[in-house]
Amino acid sequence: MLLAAQQNVAQHIAFGIIAAGMILGAIRVVTTSNVVHAALWLVTVLGGAAALYLLLAAEFVAVTQILVYIGAITVLFLFGTMLTRARIGREGGLDNPYRGIAVVVSLLLAGVLGYVLIDAFSDDQLPEEPIITTTQQVSDSIFGPYLIPFWALSFVLLAAVVGAIVLARKD
Amino acid sequence: MLINEFLLLGAVLFCIGVYGVIARRNGIMVLMSIELILNSVNINLLAFALRNGDVNGQVFALYIIAVAAAEVGVGLAMVLLIYRNRRSIALDELSEMKG
Repeated sequence: MLLAAQQNVAQHIAFGIIAAGMILGAIRVVTTSNVVHAALWLVTVLGGAAALYLLLAAEFVAVTQILVYIGAITVLFLFGTMLTRARIGREGGLDNPYRGIAVVVSLLLAGVLGYVLIDAFSDDQLPEEPIITTTQQVSDSIFGPYLIPFWALSFVLLAAVVGAIVLARKD
Repeated sequence: MLINEFLLLGAVLFCIGVYGVIARRNGIMVLMSIELILNSVNINLLAFALRNGDVNGQVFALYIIAVAAAEVGVGLAMVLLIYRNRRSIALDELSEMKG
């Protein structure tokens, strides 16, 4: 009982640190005036998300997040920055004049979402002893009941690869 | 742990992403904000997967990661094409399709 309570405290502290880092990183992503810095702050958000997935007992998704997001998507962003801009550094004109509207919309959305979530799930606990889902179960599910979406996703990826080549090719 | 901690964090990240999509002018920054939104959805899916003790949420999260990868690939190719044609990726200058 005591051990479980200690684990719970440790989980809360870890969650607090990770969440604070993620929110700081996300705010920097949308406010910084340097595209490369935004990509690097995005890495902290994505890494924090991977750590949260570990807290949520989803190891395979966490590893996939690190491989695909931090390994591949960040590199894509940095390549995109490199190919579309001559100069790496601070840059004006990254924001458009609708900043006030954006603040109002996002605060309104945060208020509505927060109200609904607190109203609906305020005393809903995650299980103390979570049911560990192994990678085998995940793959059984992907290649069992979710096989058709998996095929569809394969075609989406194929179309994306071909489309990206067709769009970006010089002719 | 309370499930609401994860859900509220997801909601905050979602709102920050929405702010970025509206307020940013640079095409690459808008794509980064969309990544924030997709990640907040993944946090919600995994929180509910743990709460309900089933594996479907993890499968959906993996599918969302794959779709996000495809989306970024095509999106950056489009941004590159816009840059090549106009020497600028400011999205508010793209008004040819306005009637």
